[in-house]
Amino acid sequence: MKNHLHHATVGLSAAAVAVLALSGCGSDNAASAGGQPSAKANCATGSIMASGSSAQANAMSEWVKGYTASCSGATINYQAVGSGAGIQAFIQGSTAFAGSDSALKDEEHGPADARCKSGKAIDLPMVAGPIAVAYNLPGVDSLTLTPSLIAKIFSGKVTTWDDPAIAAVNSGAKLPSKAIQSFHRSDSSGTSDNFTKYLTAAAGSDWTYGHAKEWKAPGGQGAKGSDGVTTSVKQTEGGVAYVEYSFAKNASLGVAKVDNGAGAVELTPDAVGKAVEAATVVGVGNDLALKLDYTTKVPGAYPIALVTYEITCEKGLSSDQLAVVKSFLAYTAGDGQQTLTDLGYAPIPASLQAKVTAAIAALS
Amino acid sequence: MTTRTADRAFRLTTQAAAGVVLVVVLAIGAFLVNRAVPALRADTANFLTETSWFPDQAKPVFGIAALAFGTLVSSMLALLLAVPVAVGTALFVAHYAPRRLARLLGFLVDLLAAVPSVVYGLWGLYFLKTHVNDVAGWLDRHFGSVLTPLHSSTGTYGGSLFLAGIVLAIMILPIISAIVREVFLQVPRANIEAALALGATRWEAMRLAVLPYGRPGIVSASMLGLGRALGETIAVALLLSTSYDISWHITQPGGATFAANIALKFNEAGGTGRGALIASGLVLFVITLLVNGVARAVVRRPTL
Repeated sequence: MKNHLHHATVGLSAAAVAVLALSGCGSDNAASAGGQPSAKANCATGSIMASGSSAQANAMSEWVKGYTASCSGATINYQAVGSGAGIQAFIQGSTAFAGSDSALKDEEHGPADARCKSGKAIDLPMVAGPIAVAYNLPGVDSLTLTPSLIAKIFSGKVTTWDDPAIAAVNSGAKLPSKAIQSFHRSDSSGTSDNFTKYLTAAAGSDWTYGHAKEWKAPGGQGAKGSDGVTTSVKQTEGGVAYVEYSFAKNASLGVAKVDNGAGAVELTPDAVGKAVEAATVVGVGNDLALKLDYTTKVPGAYPIALVTYEITCEKGLSSDQLAVVKSFLAYTAGDGQQTLTDLGYAPIPASLQAKVTAAIAALS
Repeated sequence: MTTRTADRAFRLTTQAAAGVVLVVVLAIGAFLVNRAVPALRADTANFLTETSWFPDQAKPVFGIAALAFGTLVSSMLALLLAVPVAVGTALFVAHYAPRRLARLLGFLVDLLAAVPSVVYGLWGLYFLKTHVNDVAGWLDRHFGSVLTPLHSSTGTYGGSLFLAGIVLAIMILPIISAIVREVFLQVPRANIEAALALGATRWEAMRLAVLPYGRPGIVSASMLGLGRALGETIAVALLLSTSYDISWHITQPGGATFAANIALKFNEAGGTGRGALIASGLVLFVITLLVNGVARAVVRRPTL
């Protein structure tokens, strides 16, 4: 009986592989003919390893759950080890794709392309994560900040909450005369990188520390991980920090509205979507690396966001990895996008989604 | 003849075992040096005197000065706080407490030693931090003007070397106390009784008979504790508000240690970054060796 079952599964998976091989060709043809292959129909069998960004870990675990619910023959093992470690693991060939908070840098492209023997490594934007400026000020329900104010707060140039500069953009709010205690990440983090990218672009004259995964501005206090930063703000009246929206929401901290010059914008998935829509693709071909327009003045666009990518090989994945990667990513870029809002993420806008789907269909 | 063969076989086996250890140690050493050297070559600052840590820039700048400072200060503070309490506990358990209470206390101390360090870190972060802030604030207000290390120039207290030192002290307390207790229990009964018979009070008997006898034990126990404090990673990483500068104001947020820095930076480190972290690990290794060497020398010195 047991033996019999075993044979049956082997037979089934062999059939599935055969079907996949066929559908793989089919979708290529469809893509070149301009058609969109259905994401749902493409189930693959096999198991892949992936690792990287912890900012997309929640989205990824939701995706893996959703995908394996309909495609039970596949296993996806995603380790949230951090973007840098994820890219390293991908370059070493131990994973099929990497999750990263920033697109491959120039110096990373060489080794990554080498890992994809016959092709190039490409960046596929998959989810947008808003970065909230979270604060702990009892009695202040609504707070608006400009890029210049955020820069000054996080570099220790504005030191009390009732500073005239803050009061000027918050008419009517009762700001306490408490000291501002700003918190930043003490570990290297894509969130710090994206937040400082925003400050560099939107408040260049007040922010002179450039952007990096390591925090470079003087003053403030460090804490480990999004969780540590959130806890610190929660413990400290007058505390403020930049942190992924979901953390601020779960800790019920105040989230500042950001006024990029076109009025104060509250952080909502829609508002983030608008900002990502204003981004331009700077990658070549199917590499969809984005350049966010941090200074966007589109009304209702929340400008501080990070886009997290899946990095994989356009060509050159081993055949057993390819089927699963292709099918799984097609799901994440398709149906998977709908599950994101509840988790505090924002889906990528439709125009970009179409490009990502096409790029995934072209993986070979 | 057969016994001789067996003897030979046994000797060869032990030699092989010893050889394996040696090979493993050398292999680890070679690997670390191999990874560290390219990063050190790329460093545009002096690795030993630079305080900042930006190894993955286009022009890498990193050095261990701030890390060494933070590691030594937090560990020394921990030792300063932990040793008196540990010795006191050990004395009480070994020579004062009724047997029942002694057994219970000994058990509790051993239990503390078994708590994983991440638990201490989380406890420090969620509970102790806010309370230590009050203590640090009080110390600053009353003694800050005289003792500058207790003064916080920013007026905030948070994740300081002071807090890290206190949590480290609690972590190393059980190790030191357990070993010292064992040593104190070894003191020959006759020595104590002789002291008492000569008219010494209980305290004088402890001072004349027990403490001198236990001195090497106290030193080596402290060194074991110091070793743990120097290498403690996750608790410190959770607690410290990392900043890469050398500041004697130990109650103000800031400071960094070797092990915590590795834990905080490794995930996102690029090629040079990893090499740099490995190099800093090598330095910690050397510092630990030095500390151990000094301790051994102290222990070997004849008493009095």
